[in-house]
Amino acid sequence: MKEEIELIKDGKRLDGRGFDELRPIKIEVGVLKRADGSCYLELGDNKVIAAVYGPREMHPRHAQDAKMAVVKFRYNMAPFSTDDRKRPGPDRRSVEISKVCREAFDPVIMRELYPKAGIEVYVELLQSDAGTRTAGINAASIALADAGIPMKDIVSSIAVGKINGEVVLDLNAVEDNNGEADMPIAMIARTNTITALQMDGRLTKEEFERGLKLAMGACHQIYELQRAALVTRYNQNYESKKEER
Amino acid sequence: MYQVVVPGDFLSEETKRAGEGTYVEEGKVYASQYGIASERGEIKVVPLSGKYMPSRGDVVIGKITGISFPFWIVDLASPYEARLHVSALSGITREQIEFGNMSEYLDIDDLVVVKVMDVNALMKIELALQEDIELRRGGRLVEIPHTKVPRVIGRNGSMIKMLKEKCNCFIFIAKNGRIWIRGKEDDMDLASMVILKIARESHTSGLTDRVAEFLDSFRKEKERG
Repeated sequence: MKEEIELIKDGKRLDGRGFDELRPIKIEVGVLKRADGSCYLELGDNKVIAAVYGPREMHPRHAQDAKMAVVKFRYNMAPFSTDDRKRPGPDRRSVEISKVCREAFDPVIMRELYPKAGIEVYVELLQSDAGTRTAGINAASIALADAGIPMKDIVSSIAVGKINGEVVLDLNAVEDNNGEADMPIAMIARTNTITALQMDGRLTKEEFERGLKLAMGACHQIYELQRAALVTRYNQNYESKKEER
Repeated sequence: MYQVVVPGDFLSEETKRAGEGTYVEEGKVYASQYGIASERGEIKVVPLSGKYMPSRGDVVIGKITGISFPFWIVDLASPYEARLHVSALSGITREQIEFGNMSEYLDIDDLVVVKVMDVNALMKIELALQEDIELRRGGRLVEIPHTKVPRVIGRNGSMIKMLKEKCNCFIFIAKNGRIWIRGKEDDMDLASMVILKIARESHTSGLTDRVAEFLDSFRKEKERG
């Protein structure tokens, strides 16, 4: 039995956050010149870059779908993104996360508009601090919009978990490693449609419902940040301010 | 003032006026693309980015990327490659072109002006050659996102008219964002620089005036040496 580490002190978490508080989020749109759409996102100490290419001709040819575009999603952690060097390349974990993330976008991307084509999404983690897949989904959402891919909505994502018996929002690495449960979700904020949900660890039914509510509320906050990042990019004021700098 | 929208933004309840870049769900119109909302005529979203999709009647600049008898494979800067049949060349009979000599007429990397004749559900694209514009000698190609093309043309062609006059160049703008410029070397330098500037600042207002100013000051500076 693992010794329990004190993660909550005086009603605050180790990094000073309350139970329902997100880590700070920073979003920058269109950071890569060669990609059709891109986004750099920070969620606390997570640093992630997402790039979208396409729709373009799908290779290999046999993987084409005559009726709709095929979405390829690659979640990848840089070797230097973790405490101990990560062996580069896809592994069991990243293959699974790639699949889950790709499916989180299934209900929104209007794939039928581009038969036979391929849309490629690359999510690269430069630095990780738990909740990387949620940061990746948030960044990929913006990169997809930036690439001009027709979508029904923007997907927002966040994790909830349980530490020292309390349900808290957006675990960091210490909390994730020493906590009792971690549950990342992805959803469409406007319609409250959940497009991905995973859980690691145990929660009671009551805790699950409380966590879900917490995460859904946070997704609305994240959605507003995503939207603002995209809108301000094309604000005239923004451009002129940039010139002044 | 324009309104930037992102996918999923509510636009209107008039589903009958829903146009490009939108979708209808439960009796409401939402944006399906990241772009600028427009309510003139139909409710639509003018995208800020995205790939060119060929549609019938478009005149575009293609690049030959392959030869597979009796077709040339043509890249249109879109997700789908198109095919140009040998019979599209005028003044040449089918018998004159044989398996091995197609590259004598059009070779890989050659540019052609083509008209999209048909696009079917499987995105098979039929082309016709437009031979009135020569794209081989004494000019250069500038590529911009196709979404910026209307800006380079300007309202009623105001921008392009000014560019042609002040840059002293022949300029041909194709729907897929490829632009052919022909003129003296430094005129072409200026024209391509300005076109890229327009594409970069396409979302700002008063652009035509600013570009005119820029061109005039550039000329003056040059005269001064």
